[in-house]
Amino acid sequence: MSSDAMAIRTAEAAGRPWVEVLHEWVTTVDHKRLGIFYIVYALVFLVIGGIEAVIIRIQLMRPLNDFVTPQVFNRMFTMHGTTMIFFVAMPVLFGFANYLVPLMIGARDMAFPRLNAFSFWLMALGGFLLYFSFVGGSGLYGAGNAPDVGWWAYAPLTSRAFSPGHSTDYWTIALLVSGFGSIGTAINLIATILCMRCPGMTLGRMPLLAWLNLVMSGMVLITITPLSAAQIMLMVDRYLGGHFFDTQAGGSAALWMHFFWIFGHPEVYILILPCFAFMSEIIPVFSRKPIFGYPVMVGASVAIGFVSMSVWAHHMFSIGMSSYANAFFTITTLSVGVPTGIKIFNWLGTMWGGKIQFKTPMLFSIAFLFQFLIAGLTGIMLGSAAFNWQLTGSYFVVAHFHYVIVGGILFALFGAFYYWYPKITGKMLSETLGKLHFWLFFIGFHMTFDLMHIPGLLGMPRRIYTYEPGRGWDTWNLLVTIGAFVQSIATLVFVANLIISYFKGRDAGNDPWDAWTLEWSVSSPPPEYNFATIPTVASRRPLWDIKHPEDPDSRYE
Amino acid sequence: MAMAENERTEGGLLLSRVLSVLVILAGILFAAQLCVAAPAQPDHSHVSNIFDPHSGNAGILYRLGNFVLSITGLIFVVVFTLLVYVVVKFRSRAGDNGREPAQVYGSTQIELAWTVIPILIVVVLFLATARVIHAIEDAEQPTNAMEVTVIGHQFWWEYRYPALGVVTANELHIPVSDPAHPRPTFFKLLSADTDHSFWVPQLGGKTDLIPNRINKIWFSPQETGVFLGQCAQYCGTQHAKMLLRVSVDSTEDFDAWIRAQKLPAIQDEKEAAGRRVFETTACLNCHAVGGTNGTGRFGPDLTHLMSRQTIAAGAAENTPANLRLWIQNPDAIKFGSLMPAMKLSDADLDALVRYLETLK
Repeated sequence: MSSDAMAIRTAEAAGRPWVEVLHEWVTTVDHKRLGIFYIVYALVFLVIGGIEAVIIRIQLMRPLNDFVTPQVFNRMFTMHGTTMIFFVAMPVLFGFANYLVPLMIGARDMAFPRLNAFSFWLMALGGFLLYFSFVGGSGLYGAGNAPDVGWWAYAPLTSRAFSPGHSTDYWTIALLVSGFGSIGTAINLIATILCMRCPGMTLGRMPLLAWLNLVMSGMVLITITPLSAAQIMLMVDRYLGGHFFDTQAGGSAALWMHFFWIFGHPEVYILILPCFAFMSEIIPVFSRKPIFGYPVMVGASVAIGFVSMSVWAHHMFSIGMSSYANAFFTITTLSVGVPTGIKIFNWLGTMWGGKIQFKTPMLFSIAFLFQFLIAGLTGIMLGSAAFNWQLTGSYFVVAHFHYVIVGGILFALFGAFYYWYPKITGKMLSETLGKLHFWLFFIGFHMTFDLMHIPGLLGMPRRIYTYEPGRGWDTWNLLVTIGAFVQSIATLVFVANLIISYFKGRDAGNDPWDAWTLEWSVSSPPPEYNFATIPTVASRRPLWDIKHPEDPDSRYE
Repeated sequence: MAMAENERTEGGLLLSRVLSVLVILAGILFAAQLCVAAPAQPDHSHVSNIFDPHSGNAGILYRLGNFVLSITGLIFVVVFTLLVYVVVKFRSRAGDNGREPAQVYGSTQIELAWTVIPILIVVVLFLATARVIHAIEDAEQPTNAMEVTVIGHQFWWEYRYPALGVVTANELHIPVSDPAHPRPTFFKLLSADTDHSFWVPQLGGKTDLIPNRINKIWFSPQETGVFLGQCAQYCGTQHAKMLLRVSVDSTEDFDAWIRAQKLPAIQDEKEAAGRRVFETTACLNCHAVGGTNGTGRFGPDLTHLMSRQTIAAGAAENTPANLRLWIQNPDAIKFGSLMPAMKLSDADLDALVRYLETLK
């Protein structure tokens, strides 16, 4: 009898019903599985947000185009912005943080595994609610009722007088719900990083990735809170007769702007800091040198976190603030350039004197440096309040922040995918497809976003669904649209690479890049609970110490 | 083998870098200028280039912009050169001994240098900017300044000249301000509904019109001509077709225009039928025509409709055919505008259009 039971169990293990597997995944509290959930979820929304971008670009391809109606166009840019920020960039970065932070600090899981799962499912619900607006936005009228108030949803356009129906409510609730998820993840990351480090890993020996995610999480706690408060106030305005932002009853439109941008600008740094983290791991490994100036890099990250909390009103230079306020936000904004500059120079210092290997992750990292430099410089132009009066609200600013988000964040993310995919799946991504992806995306990116600056300088405002011919904008817009298609093709190559390599990729082994941080000491993919015995570290590069016992880092730090 | 592949990739990388830089520099710094190079006569009616300023205040912003561009351009050249040098010089090479390079952990002096130099640059840029902010925002209003109130509506512009008793829409007239005898125009910016932004790139930077808030800007245009602008803050469905044009007139032309605008509407008895349509349908709920019982304020004042070149905030030329279409089916010209389709009989419609054509 006992032998029968054994036999049955073995059969189950070999081909378990898919329901059981699904159940195991859905109810998981494992940080690696949740990390994969976040990443896959974000990739799905990346494709959706990308399709919205392509619709926008087709409409603007030529003057007086009628590919979509103005209403659909307005919904597209609202959904594109909201999707890309809240349901692509945030989750994918949380996904990597979830997956990597415990592995890199020698922990077996996050501090609060159940909170971790709860946070993910809240964010997933938020994304679902946002897109449910297409059918539920204004009764069940079918597609076409999504939010159309812009991703920053300025008052009083969101008041019931100008935004009847429920599309704005779906936007509000989607952000509120996913915001709670973000707060949960931030608390979890902070607790994990502060309390779960393995023996020997002092704060000063922590990988920069953990440091940057610590700063990022702190910023999430500080900035998502006012955003959530503002969403609740907006709901009160819309349904309980409040007048926070209701200008017709004495409310203040500028108040919403302050609430939104005290979230909105630090949000950019919330997104870019984890990307700095990827760069700070990838660049050293492919330059074969330790990070240059670790303490300064940590200091610069914390400084960016602090300073970025005091720059929000540079989004509001045109709202008629006093000259003192404009001058204040000019100096704070420009001063972000100092710690950011330090970071760029320290990455260059890391590469200096190294032996740079041009593997796909490094190609994306070099392109990141180049593009982030330009994005920073156009940021300085925009940070000069008086010059900003000409540039803001135009295609110049659209080009600038896409330079940050695509040229910076997305390139860094692609680098991270190529770098850690082998750890997550156990398979290498194809280098051939990777290089094709890189070059196509690089060309498409520059075609789109370099040229997009120009119509802005020629007076083309953002968020217009069409324009008259003969303003000097036509050719630029056509080229920008062609570039968008090149980027779309490159993204398809990337997705194909992810899928093909999963099934046919070369086995990665534990440590395909000859790297130095703890995640490369375990198998790929890592076992459940990561470490059979908790490691002990003596330096910032524990694997370097193991590989070079004659000359360990611990001797110098 | 692998090394050879690296070499190739890198050659391509460099080439592409150089190309992109050319594109960026050529684009950002020069293309804007090239686009306006040709015209022999100062016709600004199709151009709105921020690098082609035609007012004193826009000129101040233009000079600041050039200054910031040259500093950031310089930074770009230095850091980019450094990046290219590092990538080329420190690439891993074929025939390498396979050993790890020297492990360098940092250098306090050099890190201090690249902290202090950016701080100095920031201070310089800040001082240059603060000066311009002060020059523009804290400028005293001269006693001879022209005063105009701009009110943003979904999706059109209302202009009021409080001292002159003139009300018009979408096409603004202001006097030229001779630098020898400056006569700037000071604007008070208001909104009737949502946020808008008033932007005429060649005459000045943008300033938002926000409900429940009074904003102020000024222009000192130094050349006559027509300048294009449009709403630069998303304000709803037809944000795209909330265009405006500014006619900068010589003092004589401006005075003549004001005299004409102050006259009551022309009463042409031949078109009494059309006037009756205007006065007996919903038109007068939103539109005013001086001398009739139409005093509505939701839509543009039509007293001197025919003095304007465009209708529907620049969405269409002001022709009889367009006027007829606009009244019959506004969505055909500007989908989502707040002007309703008037559902008039053909006879009434023709009469109304003929009447409107008399409103010179």
